[in-house]
Amino acid sequence: MNIEQLKKIQTETLSKLDKYKAALMICAGTGCVSAGSFTLKDLLEKEIKKRNMENDILVVPTGCNGFCAQGPIMVIQPEGIFYQKVKPEDIPEIIDNLLEGKYVERLLYKDLKTKQAIPKMDDIRFFGKQQLIALRNKGIINPENIEDAIARGAYQALAKVLKTNKEDIIKEIIKSGIRGRGGGGFPTGVKWESALKAAEKKNEEPYVICNADEGDPGAFMDRSIVEADPHTVIEGMAIGALAVGAKEGFVYIRNEYPLALKRLEIAIKQAHEKGLLGKNILDSDFCFDIHIHRGAGAFVCGESSALMASMSGRAGEPRAKYVHNVEVGYRGKPTVLNNVETWANIPVIIDKGAKWFASIGSGDVSENPWNGSSGTKVFSLVGNIVNSGLVEVPMGITLREIIYDIGGGIPNGRKFKAIQTGGPSGGCIPADQLDLPVDFDSLTEAGSMMGSGGMIVMDDKTCMVDVAKYFISFLKDESCGKCTPCREGLISLFEILNRITKGEGKEGDIELMKEIAETMEVASLCALGQTAAYPVLSTIRYFRDEYEAHIKDKKCPAGVCKPLITYSVNDNCTGCTICARNCPVDAISGKVKEKHFINTDKCIKCNVCYEVCKFKAITVE
Amino acid sequence: MQNIDKIIDKWNADSDYVIEMMQDIQDEFKHIPRKALEQVTKKTKVPLARLYHIATFYKSFSLKPRGKFEIQVCTGTACHVKGAALILDAFERELNIQTGETTKDKLFSLEGVRCLGCCSLAPVITIGEDLYGEVKTADIPKLIAKYKGGEK
Repeated sequence: MNIEQLKKIQTETLSKLDKYKAALMICAGTGCVSAGSFTLKDLLEKEIKKRNMENDILVVPTGCNGFCAQGPIMVIQPEGIFYQKVKPEDIPEIIDNLLEGKYVERLLYKDLKTKQAIPKMDDIRFFGKQQLIALRNKGIINPENIEDAIARGAYQALAKVLKTNKEDIIKEIIKSGIRGRGGGGFPTGVKWESALKAAEKKNEEPYVICNADEGDPGAFMDRSIVEADPHTVIEGMAIGALAVGAKEGFVYIRNEYPLALKRLEIAIKQAHEKGLLGKNILDSDFCFDIHIHRGAGAFVCGESSALMASMSGRAGEPRAKYVHNVEVGYRGKPTVLNNVETWANIPVIIDKGAKWFASIGSGDVSENPWNGSSGTKVFSLVGNIVNSGLVEVPMGITLREIIYDIGGGIPNGRKFKAIQTGGPSGGCIPADQLDLPVDFDSLTEAGSMMGSGGMIVMDDKTCMVDVAKYFISFLKDESCGKCTPCREGLISLFEILNRITKGEGKEGDIELMKEIAETMEVASLCALGQTAAYPVLSTIRYFRDEYEAHIKDKKCPAGVCKPLITYSVNDNCTGCTICARNCPVDAISGKVKEKHFINTDKCIKCNVCYEVCKFKAITVE
Repeated sequence: MQNIDKIIDKWNADSDYVIEMMQDIQDEFKHIPRKALEQVTKKTKVPLARLYHIATFYKSFSLKPRGKFEIQVCTGTACHVKGAALILDAFERELNIQTGETTKDKLFSLEGVRCLGCCSLAPVITIGEDLYGEVKTADIPKLIAKYKGGEK
């Protein structure tokens, strides 16, 4: 295929799509699939066939829409009508209303404050403040159909640079200011430049790798990008390969993401069939191929040298990086490793220009990419938040805007306590820092970091000591065990935190933890160990009083740490007996319509009574 | 044995792909039998010790057979703040096993996993291939009964 043919596919597909009066976009991301979106798709197709309207209404299964908590989601194009929590029995009504130009009122999103129904997706606040670059095709294309992607401009950026020389492509990427979206925040173009130089100096063929081993708990940006638009990742990698002179590329993808893996395999196959991967791409001299490696469940494999060890069929243990991967990487060759989101941005930078990209975000990157954070970032906004989901926003937006304008605030009338960013090695940011701009440098200054983009909102029912213990326990299990400071440091930290949450904390524990943390930071081999103590340090920095309550008063103010809390029934109790009936250990007694009583000797603090009580009659202290 | 050979051949007995071979073996047998590792060693020339290193290093491998229904309780951060630990406790209590174990009737195994990437639906669990979001501790007995019922 040549460039003219690519353009022809684009115009043909567009005119084919134009013939339909409406397109029903069904979200088929992992979240909506679990809520039954494939059944919906089949039923919709059946209903449309029954009405003989196959040529008028098109059903498209798309990638993740992002507003996962409202799934299954359906968006009717071209109007952009947004339906949430759609059920099979709603289908006939949806089509009847569509034909009459009306909406199904009960399926529309209701504004949180005004309670008014909002028919159009763009008018919903969750979507309003977003700016889509990496996720530009989410919910618009069928990720399993390359023609859909081509219709939206896929592979045009690659076609544009096929005759450009390597240095000029790299210059453009440097000028855009883009920094690695996987967490490190290293300027992408600078990385490519070093790899090209090393490859030319050593006269070796470099490799490009896409890191899709999204191990951060509470983060699913990369999964959603691959599920929604795998071709943007492939195209980005092809442009990167062209710029550094690579002929082979690899995607290292998490085994826990079966749907993303399947879509990526389909996309690679289709790109091959169309001559967009393989030999003589778009009738040029450029040859490039992509292979997939599946991860096997090890968090540390997100680290570059561990990832490459895993790709070579070994345990994922990092090595000391006196020599960088851009010089000696996979199979000893210069290697460019970028994260999914970084690759997904590349085609847009080429297409719209570095200047355009640099104008978005914070700081002035025109002279030096280190001077700011350009472009957008995708975040997974989850935890105790009303509008939970995936959001892409310009860098420099404040945490407050993300949490309250997009996220809609904290549910169940509770108070905001902290937001955790940067994955297990990140930190917790408290309420008084909510006006912090979200970019690489500001978050680091606040004692957290950008990381890959997980944002976990915590309300006042979250215990910060427990959160620190959670992360340390996670990292303790995931530490590869190769270097001593990380392996032993994490075990020591865990033991101390475990004691504190059991009410056995001692005077001096906080200082001891700080000391261990310092040693780990300077002496660990890889970033996992160097940053592993950050969750402890940031929670001590902002929530020291909570540690002291555990240590001195033997109390857990948030009511989480089991040994320090008791369950009791308060005067709200109406004697409905639901708690007694659900208690797994028969610890609750009481007569119908009379206040109940919890036997604390029997109570195992499983929280079932708290969950089932409709009258807020269970107190946890 | 034939199946094992087929899996190894699928990856051209390439030593770079032993992890992929072991994943396929795990899917096929629900664990990694020693016999299979010996065959991988024979065909790929990767030492058995290294294969054991891999099998014990990565979370997706198990040297012991797992149950018919694998219950995975997501313990990612979002699920944690929404009570994943209580969910795991509830499964342990109802199934009378510890996390990492399999029930005597070989019907269920219980695992805590690090983030399934469905954080908006937290807390999340998977049973076999089915994913459940916004799970409550009080729902657990019903969920287990559902799979036990299907078995009969």
